[in-house]
Amino acid sequence: MAKSIDVSDLNIYYGDFLAVEGVSMTIPARSVTALIGPSGCGKSTFLRSLNRMHEVIPGARVDGKVVIDGQELYAPEVDPVEVRRQIGMVFQRPNPFPTMSIYENVLAGSRLNAKKLKKHAADEIVEKSLRGANLWEEVKDRLDKPGAGLSGGQQQRLCIARAIAVEPQVLLMDEPCSALDPISTSAIEDLIHDLKSDYTIVIVTHNMQQAARVSEDTAFFNLAGAGKPGRLVEMNATRKIFSNPDEPSTEAYISGRFG
Amino acid sequence: MTTTATTGKTRQRKGDLIFSGATRIAGLTILLALAGVAIFLTLEGLPALEAGPEKLQGADSIVAYIGPLLFGTLLASAIALLIATPLAVGVALVISHYAPRRVSKSLGYAIDLLAAVPSVVYGLWGIGFLGPQLVPVYEWLEQNVGWLPFFAGPASSTGKTILTAGIVLAIMALPIITAISREIFAQTPTLHQEAALALGATRWEMVRLAVFPYARSGIVSAVMLGLGRALGETMAVAMVLSASGIVTFNLISSDNPSTIAANIALMFPEATGLGVNALIATGLVLFVVTFAVNFTARAIVARTEKGNR
Repeated sequence: MAKSIDVSDLNIYYGDFLAVEGVSMTIPARSVTALIGPSGCGKSTFLRSLNRMHEVIPGARVDGKVVIDGQELYAPEVDPVEVRRQIGMVFQRPNPFPTMSIYENVLAGSRLNAKKLKKHAADEIVEKSLRGANLWEEVKDRLDKPGAGLSGGQQQRLCIARAIAVEPQVLLMDEPCSALDPISTSAIEDLIHDLKSDYTIVIVTHNMQQAARVSEDTAFFNLAGAGKPGRLVEMNATRKIFSNPDEPSTEAYISGRFG
Repeated sequence: MTTTATTGKTRQRKGDLIFSGATRIAGLTILLALAGVAIFLTLEGLPALEAGPEKLQGADSIVAYIGPLLFGTLLASAIALLIATPLAVGVALVISHYAPRRVSKSLGYAIDLLAAVPSVVYGLWGIGFLGPQLVPVYEWLEQNVGWLPFFAGPASSTGKTILTAGIVLAIMALPIITAISREIFAQTPTLHQEAALALGATRWEMVRLAVFPYARSGIVSAVMLGLGRALGETMAVAMVLSASGIVTFNLISSDNPSTIAANIALMFPEATGLGVNALIATGLVLFVVTFAVNFTARAIVARTEKGNR
């Protein structure tokens, strides 16, 4: 199920503006890769180019290669809708569908894939996904209540349940804890630990302790200078990045001496 | 120091007082105007209860008089909404989610322009162009689906039918429904739309998952405003419809129910005595119906909003 991702020479544009330049990296399967860097350095943009969500913005485009399991993501015959069905995404702010119940929220993706879903199969998917997102015990008695009635942390776990319900190959997380309190954050981090045995996870985070806690590998993005595009400075094992990085600018960022 | 502070405070208080007084008066004026209209309609309409057939265009009582008119009003509005709602929602979606920005902007202006066309012009267009153009359509309908009571015929040879009136009303209700739906669609949170897209929704699936649920109550109020326009529209209907004051679901014949507003406009110049009161009584009924429509719309909106929370 989990697949590694090979990125080579990826340039990402908003219209004529080059936002991220020349990224090449290999994201290993069944492990957590963290993307860190200052605001505006293009890490979220890069993440969104991995499931072709970047091009949703008018004028946005990409050149270069992203290969998942031998399949070139940006090949002309590839349908972005299909790509997104195989690569789940969790956003910065929890975004369950407000009018849907908890139950229907989890099933939203499955309903898109297979129109007819037997009640029994649907129940199974819901329970499995909610258990997978560590939310089952908290919501099993109120599955028919609106998802928007949960707390922020629960909503975010509901979104994770929704993403894993379709059994994607890869799970992308864009600062999934930035809108959550420390307790919910730690619940999500525990969940990431559990999920990495089944999924390839890429997480963008502003919180360096979080990157150190949850990830195996860390990629540091930075701007080449004001008004210049963002680029990948260094990618290494998390332990190495946080103790003895190759690049001096990584060291400066990690230790808080930025510049 | 203290004095300045106090005077400053008093002065501010005076301004507050004037402002709150002014807003209160403005609010009261609306209520008074509404109450005034209601009282006038009731007082002037009541004597019509005694009106005889000679003042009621042959109807036995005021109820028998108003009934067909109310029926015609509702039928014409229903036809208008049946046509206008899907069209307006579709156009709004094209503008907000499908068309490239430049196209959608000019399309939006074009739709807004429709609202600026005076209703008498729509009437002229309906009578001079749309009606005659629809005659062959009505004949075809009569021959091929004549077994449906709606199209029983005989088909009108002038095209001045309730269906034509409904279509004209639909075009008149279109801009307001489109404009409001478009605003609501455009306000759908990006977050919800991206949630749907990231699950692998196509654009249409995204619209169904994220846009429609969010916009539901807005669409309802848009349709109700459109209905308000259709119910009260006078000139276009008076011109387009060849009315004979009967009750029928036959949409394409030359015998059509009239609508309250059109009937008032056509009959008022010649009405005398109790006839005037009878017309005013029909006006009261229209007033009550539009009021009820607005209240229902509010109730629906309030309920769905509660459900969203």
